[in-house]
Amino acid sequence: MAEKMALAKAINESLRRALDADPKVVVMGEDVGKLGGVFRVTDGLQKDFGESRVIDTPLAESGIVGTAIGLALRGYRPVVEIQFDGFVFPAYDQIVTQLAKMHARALGKVKMPVVVRIPYGGGIGAVEHHSESPEALFAHVAGLKIVSPSNASDAYWMMQQAVQSDDPVIFFEPKRRYWDKGEVDTEAIPGPLHKARVVREGTDLTLAAYGPMVKLCQEVADAAAEEGRSLEVLDLRSVSPIDFDAVQASVEKTRRLVVVHEAPVFFGSGAEIAARITERCFYHLEAPVLRVGGYHAPYPPARLEESYLPDLDRVLDAVDRSLAY
Amino acid sequence: MTVESTAARTPRRSAGNKAGTTGTKRTTSTTKKAAGADKSAEPALVQLLTPEGKRVKNAEFDTYVADITAEDLRGLYRDMVLTRRFDAEATALQRQGELGLWASLLGQEAAQIGSGRALRDDDYVFPTYREHGVAWCRGVDPTNLLGMFRGVNNGGWDPNGNNFHLYTIVIGSQTLHATGYAMGITKDGADSAVIAYFGDGASSQGDVAEAFTFSAVYNAPVVFFCQNNQWAISEPTEKQSRVPLYQRAQGFGFPGVRVDGNDVLANLAVTKWALERARAGEGPTLVEAFTYRMGAHTTSDDPTRYRGDEERLAWEAKDPILRLRRYLEAANHADEGFFAELETESEALGKRVREAVRAMPDPDHFAIFENVYADGHALVDEERAQFAAYQDSFADEDGGK
Repeated sequence: MAEKMALAKAINESLRRALDADPKVVVMGEDVGKLGGVFRVTDGLQKDFGESRVIDTPLAESGIVGTAIGLALRGYRPVVEIQFDGFVFPAYDQIVTQLAKMHARALGKVKMPVVVRIPYGGGIGAVEHHSESPEALFAHVAGLKIVSPSNASDAYWMMQQAVQSDDPVIFFEPKRRYWDKGEVDTEAIPGPLHKARVVREGTDLTLAAYGPMVKLCQEVADAAAEEGRSLEVLDLRSVSPIDFDAVQASVEKTRRLVVVHEAPVFFGSGAEIAARITERCFYHLEAPVLRVGGYHAPYPPARLEESYLPDLDRVLDAVDRSLAY
Repeated sequence: MTVESTAARTPRRSAGNKAGTTGTKRTTSTTKKAAGADKSAEPALVQLLTPEGKRVKNAEFDTYVADITAEDLRGLYRDMVLTRRFDAEATALQRQGELGLWASLLGQEAAQIGSGRALRDDDYVFPTYREHGVAWCRGVDPTNLLGMFRGVNNGGWDPNGNNFHLYTIVIGSQTLHATGYAMGITKDGADSAVIAYFGDGASSQGDVAEAFTFSAVYNAPVVFFCQNNQWAISEPTEKQSRVPLYQRAQGFGFPGVRVDGNDVLANLAVTKWALERARAGEGPTLVEAFTYRMGAHTTSDDPTRYRGDEERLAWEAKDPILRLRRYLEAANHADEGFFAELETESEALGKRVREAVRAMPDPDHFAIFENVYADGHALVDEERAQFAAYQDSFADEDGGK
């Protein structure tokens, strides 16, 4: 049945369903138990499933991921929470060196069904290390799958699929959209986890985004429509793998592409998309693929983040530049 | 560096105290032995067999080897001899160009066989990359260990086949995996245990400290077995710690014990004790096996640049195999026939390993793309296809040969 709920609540409901469906699913992280997580994403889960299934961990990210790997080797399906994007790096070694490579190292004889949840991105006026978008740092690593939902329904279903995945999934949650409400049909049949979706059809230019930037791109498309421009908005949903077929199909129609993400442009996912689409759509493109994202600078203090993050005008500016070719 | 001798020392004993233990332990009436607490004194260690092959009594640990038979003792001896023979063969194979690298366990046979033989089949082992003796105890075919050193895979055995996880090269990481696995055992309500191997160098890693924390907090059934072989490549243990390593456990709230790493009986007894604690729900234990890396760190290392011969000679006198042989002979537990037969078996093992390695084929090129993911990945599929097309382009040039 369909119900309107906030994105954070959708993840909560999805985790509840996963815990209910499979006794091997465990949720672990800092403050995920009694507190329900600093964003309340795991609210009430420990009360209902107990301390053995919803585990408050010591404050040590490498330890959280490292023990999750051990639990996975024992047959568990851990869903771990990294409290904030900027806190993931103590666990980076375990994720990159162990979690990502274990299946290949074992020649396929062990599986690593571990979900690493990371609230990410800026726009909430936070202190340092609480607003970063490190997805490209993980996308470069073979063995990991990386997804980021943009709305409540995707958050619910993509989490279901991530928990069921036998591969490690880094689940980037757009924290500034946690409180955005949307319809969630808990009896729907979800599409594949790593397929993009056209959220708005258009003819003049494609905006490709994921996570928190999808909503922005829809607003950009609205604004552009007022100026008589028809923009297509593509929600990529997955950063590894990236659904290049969907991007290609869209670009073959619109002939122009702007990729938008909060992460720094330099070596970002937009760079990979630009390179691949240039190869695939060279004769279709009317303009070079443009990117809008963060700068090659540390994430700025909160009072400066509006100037750092892509916003309506910056994306529109890129749209104008593309259409000017 | 000053190497602490294991030879001249006998375990210090006082009523109710375990030599060389610190921390909490429910089964003893007092826990304050604090070996090493007196900075001027050398820490005590648990020893049941002197370098001269004399059995010494130990009130605390004798009970763990009380039922050991002559056949068991010959078995331990055989394990150590065959492991050393395998190790020597692997070193030779590296010199002959058949292996790219080898990490020798020479000198650490007692620590590995003693602890390895303390395990039950349903226990789980998380090794570093030097645990060839433990692998032997687990029944992993030694030739399977060589694939990664030859460069045909990154770990060629099924970890669940023998409850022996893959070798972990980034030191210390596996202590967390061991802890997580042990947490799973608790959740399952099983009474098996986990043992995590690591070295004096890895003891400095943050992951090891985090593993100590997690295992203590969750009271996980895990034994941390640190083989202090005195050298982390070129760095002596003083570069890792200002306190004897086993004392680290105290701060985390569980017992630590130092054992003579070259005494197979002591390693067997202490590991059994630690495993029993784990099974009884008493949580983690740190065992520091005080031993010596007789060879180089790996075949790429040159120890003459950082340590002298006299140190090695001192440790040779404490050789783990020699001391058990002395004991077996003195106690009439083994005759010449046994040793001769073992020599033959040993040579046969060397030959088998040699032949298996030489026959080990290079993997198919497409193995690059295998097992990257369990459920597949579009990019891997695309790149595999590109690679296949590229390979096929050469076939075309051959004119369809």
